[in-house]
Order: sequence, then C-alpha cells, then structure tokens
Amino acid sequence: MDYKNIIAKFADVPGGMIEAFHAIQDEFSYLPEEAIIEAAKVFGVPAADAYGVATFYSYFSVKSRGKNIIRICESAPCHIAGADEVVAALERELGITMGNSTADGRFALEFAQCVGQCQATPVITVNSKPYFDVTPAKVVEIIAEYK
Amino acid sequence: MVNVTIDGIKVSVPNGSTILQAAKEVGIKVPTLCYHPDQAVKANCRVCVCEVEGNRLLQAACSQPVFEGMVVKTKTPKVIEARKTILELILSHHPQDCLNCIRNGNCELQDLSAEYIIRDNPFELKVRGLEKDLSTPAIFRDPDKCVLCRRCIDACTVIQSVSALGVEKRGCESMVVPTMGGNLIDSPCVMCGQCVHACPVGAIGEIEDIDKLMAAIADPDTIVVTQIAPAVRLALGEEIGMATGDLPMEVFVAGLRHLGFDYVLHTNFTADLTILEEGNELLQRLTTGGTLPMFTSCSPGWINFCETYYPDLLDNLSTCKSPQQMFGSLVKTYWADKMNIEPQKVVSVSIMPCTAKKFEAARPEMNSSGYQDVDIVLTTREIGKLFRMSGLDFSRLEPSPFDSWMGAYTGAAVIFGATGGVMEAALRTVYEVVTKKELTDVNFTFARGFEGIKEAEIDLDGTKVKVAIAHTLSNARKLMDQVRAGESPYHFIEIMACPGGCIGGGGQPITKANVKRIERIGAIYDEDASLPLRKSHDNPEVKVLYDEFLHEPLGHKSHELLHTHYHAKNKKCL
Repeated sequence: MDYKNIIAKFADVPGGMIEAFHAIQDEFSYLPEEAIIEAAKVFGVPAADAYGVATFYSYFSVKSRGKNIIRICESAPCHIAGADEVVAALERELGITMGNSTADGRFALEFAQCVGQCQATPVITVNSKPYFDVTPAKVVEIIAEYK
Repeated sequence: MVNVTIDGIKVSVPNGSTILQAAKEVGIKVPTLCYHPDQAVKANCRVCVCEVEGNRLLQAACSQPVFEGMVVKTKTPKVIEARKTILELILSHHPQDCLNCIRNGNCELQDLSAEYIIRDNPFELKVRGLEKDLSTPAIFRDPDKCVLCRRCIDACTVIQSVSALGVEKRGCESMVVPTMGGNLIDSPCVMCGQCVHACPVGAIGEIEDIDKLMAAIADPDTIVVTQIAPAVRLALGEEIGMATGDLPMEVFVAGLRHLGFDYVLHTNFTADLTILEEGNELLQRLTTGGTLPMFTSCSPGWINFCETYYPDLLDNLSTCKSPQQMFGSLVKTYWADKMNIEPQKVVSVSIMPCTAKKFEAARPEMNSSGYQDVDIVLTTREIGKLFRMSGLDFSRLEPSPFDSWMGAYTGAAVIFGATGGVMEAALRTVYEVVTKKELTDVNFTFARGFEGIKEAEIDLDGTKVKVAIAHTLSNARKLMDQVRAGESPYHFIEIMACPGGCIGGGGQPITKANVKRIERIGAIYDEDASLPLRKSHDNPEVKVLYDEFLHEPLGHKSHELLHTHYHAKNKKCL
C-alpha cells in the first residue's frame, strides 16, 4: 500500500503518527524519508519533529533494510549464554555483519536490548517472534523458515 | 507574593517565580547553561541545581517554583560538588578545542568551567567525532561541540517558526540535527543566525570570511571598498569594550581605514535609495492595481523564508534588491566610473549585522554589475575581531568622514536597523511625494518599539494606506497566513527576520537577551534624531545619483541594477 494511504488512515487518531509509522514499517520494513515528511504534513508538525519521533524509538528505522528483521539480544544474560556464537552463526549464514541487510533485501541483522525472555537464553527474534535457547545449529533452521 | 529564604536572605517574590528568579532578586547568581531568558524553561542541563530544605534531591533552580516558607541554599558543598560533576560530564563529551574555537572568550561553558575551577576531569574524554556541516555560505554547525541544551531549536522553531532543527535519536546518542538529519542547506534554514545567538558554545556559528578580506587588503592590485549597514555601529562598541551606541561613526570609519580599507562608504546611502525605489514601487502598485500588500525585501532571512514557506506570495515582495545588493551593483558601475577606477579591481566588502547577507551576496543572480556585486560579507562580530586584533585604541583615533558619492545618508536610512524603521522611512518619503507637502513631524512613532506586530492607517491627503510591521518570522507568518487566506487588510507590510530588526541580526555581537536588542533600538532613534537630514529624498548624493546616472526611480537603469526577482526554494523536506 502507498505510504500516503497508510498515513491517511491514522490522520484523525490522536498521536496517530507513531501508529502510522508502525503501519508503514510493516509494509516497507523501514520509514522512507518521503513517508516521514508526509506524516509531518498530515499531523501538522515540522518535518524535523517527525524525524525526531522516527529516530527516537529503536524499533523504527529510517534506513532501508531487509524484510525479515532478525534481532539478537545483547544484554548480559544472553551474552553469558553464548550470544556471541549465535551472532557469528547469523553473520556466517547470511553473509553480512550486524547492523546490515542482505543484498537480496530478505534479511536484516540488528542488536536488541533484553526482550524479557531470560529464562531461555540466548534469545533472538525474527519480525518480533521470539526464538529460545538458540544455538548456531538452530540458526540455520530458523533462517530457513523465512527463505 | 511568596516568602522565601535564599542563602539566609529573606525575600518576597511573585507567585510562580522560580528559585532562579528569586535568587536574582537578592543578588545571587545561580549558574545556568540551558536556561535562556527569552525562551521556555528546558531544565535539561542541571547546572543550576540548588538545595531546598526538606528535599532529599537537589532541585533545578530554573524550573523549580518557589513556595511559601521555602528555604534554598545555592552554594553548599553538596551543590558545588554536583555542579562540578555535571560540568565535568558535559566536558567529557566536549572537544578540548577552546583555543581554536569561534567562541573562545565568549562561551558559557568556558565561563562555567572557569567559575567552577574545573582542573582534572576524572571522566575520560569521549568526543563523538561527528562531521562539521559547512554546507551553507553563512552558518556552520559543529555537532561535536553541541551540549544538547536545545536553545537553538527554540530560537529556530518558536521565535522564527522555521523549524530547521530538531533532535534525533535519544539518550547518549541524541543530537541536534537539521531536518531529516541532513545538512543545513537541505533543511528549511533561512540563515537568519538566531541559533548562533542562542547557542551557549561554539556548536553553531557564522562562516568567517576574515581571511578573504585580509588577502584582498594585502593585494596591491585591488581596491577594497566597504559599505557599513546601519545597525552595525550601534552594536560594534559592545565588541570592543564600549557601551551600546558609544562608538562614534567617524571613529569607526577611522578604524576601518587603519585596517587598510581603501574607501569607506555606507549602506545607509543605498538604504535611502531603497526608499526612493521601494516608495515609488508602492505608489505604482497602489495606482495601477499591482499586487498588494507589498512586502519589504531588505531582510535576506525573510526573503529566504518567503521563498521557502510562501512561494505563492513571491509577487507580493518588492522587487527592490536589499540595500547591500543595491550598493554592490552600483559600486562596480556608477561609483567606479565616477571615481575613474576599473571595476574589476574593486573588491566590494560589506559589514553586516547579518549572517543571511553572506548567502544573499553569493546568490548567482546578484551580478548585475557584470561582476559579483558584493565579494565579501563580514558580520559585526568579525569586524569586532579584526578591531581587537588591530590593537587600536578607539579613544585616541582621529575621526574620519566617509568617502564620497555613496557615503552620505539621512536619519531615514539609520532607522532601517530597527523593526519598523523601513516603514517609517518609507512613509516620510511617500507622504511628501504623494501630498507634495512637507511633513511637519517626521516621527511616525507607531512604527517604533519591540511589539511583535504593529499596524496603522496613514492618511496621505485623502488616500488611506494601511500598513503593518512584523519582526521575527513567527510574527511574519501570522501576517503571511492572512495574505494567503485573502484576508489581509494591508497595503504595505514591513518584515524583518530577526528580533528587533537588524540590530538583533544573526551577525551582531552575541546577544543573550532581548533587553540588549531593545537598548540598541533606543540608540538608533537617538542617532536619527541627531541628524540634520531625516528624509531619504533629501540625501544630496542620492540626488546626484538620479541626476547623473539613474535619471528616475523605477527607470530603465534602476530595473537593470537595483531590482531583482525571487525563486521558490522547493525544499524536499516541506
């Protein structure tokens, strides 16, 4: 769907900009610059402010990125449980380093803060769906689900 | 009223006062950094913390309202230690670059570091290594120096309604950035420079052109000619240790000759000329059904604003170039010819209270003399720096008059420097042109003062003309929205981008509060009143210019040299 139509749906919602941003991101995987500028117009705030909102929340991205967003927790419990090895496996499997996206636009790799599942570390999420007790071997299976 | 005790001194202050205000009342200065007297309270730097009896935590004096019986201590060991730590933390992210900084000697953070005896900072220095923004010819940003006080954002958004600056990201990653995180030139920035005044440190400043000037002066083959804008002299004294308005004009001229300028002329001359051209343009529009209301066009920050935010109203702008640019096109044609000087040898310098003038001079269309009309623009601050470097003792300088043919001026030109001044100057001339009668009183006092928007109806012998005056772009916006909606009752509108007009311009000595701007305005009307000629059409050298060269206002030559056209800026981020 066109970002203009998405934004229009939230135009009358109080504080609808954040919801519009989520909906845009569901569609595009990130917030395109034109969409932020359009949201500023629709919600009657300066573009500088809309950009401020878009960059304030770590779950919004203003940079183009892969469709399936894989996040790995970098907090202490996951770290101790071997998150490093999981990171290495993800990077090896996708052929990219953390913070980047695959050339085919299918995957993006990001660090995340704790996702609250410390009973089953290390934890990764793919498009916000958590995977528990992840090992390098499991990484291959998980990625295969989204290929 | 509320009774409070500050450091043992009892004082009664109005309800709603802050600790900071109450402390000021008893003569105690609480240190501040993010606080700005003309802006909303931000309370983000915490430098102003004080102890309040009964409170476990320290309170920010700038935001904490006083209450009945409040007992405040502003300098206990606990308070001093907290302030020192806060400063040390700020400094641990701040480049230790004071010696090379544009604000060396005039920096709030430097002052606080000195006052709080910061010596061995226990925190490791971690500078983010962000890139400088040198995208505009007028203003730079050095984000590494930013202390995140957000005063620039307030100036840009609230005072100017330009909203070119915002905060990106959060926490220790947050930074003040131009719209969409890009460069200033791609943002709606109008280069008014009010952010420079707001900045407590050297994170935003003017692009300095001092080296260019020094090179021109050192070159034996060039003839360096300067013009001085009306608002400069009043404030320049502040840069060289004098009170506002105390530097006499002819001592200023003498100082410039010492620096090596070959000829010293005056923008006031072309300010008077502007009145003749713009006044006649207004009359032409009134009588021939031209686009009304007509807007003044002297303020380049305002022109940038109109081109950015009101491109549909560009036809309302007077086609008159600003006095700086009129001067530029004449100095390399009329003046060079009259002085028997080859125009290609002339380096045309202007000394301006303005940062946007640097951008204006660099506009590609500003070359009607066949050359770049104005080669170098220096701000009042830059000329102040040159004067300090020169070692001149201004109390001992022999006064020197302006050079001829573009140096004479009237009081009408002087008041261009204050909000309402162009309007008053125009009315002095338009009244006499229309009514063919001499004004009994040249003072149009409705046009004076710091009020945001002023208006009046002027009776020109039966013809009623409604006029309005606005300073700051947020006030301009109110009048523009009226025009856009087709509801403007006015015929003529004066807009100045900066608070108080040019006396509060982005290139003036760093101005921490509007009270200083109001003081400068007072000095400008004193100068006007002291002059023998106070109407632009009485300027003898302007008369010679029309007799010998231009022949008539709005004539062929005028259109070629003194008038311009405007372009919509089409900023992607709007």
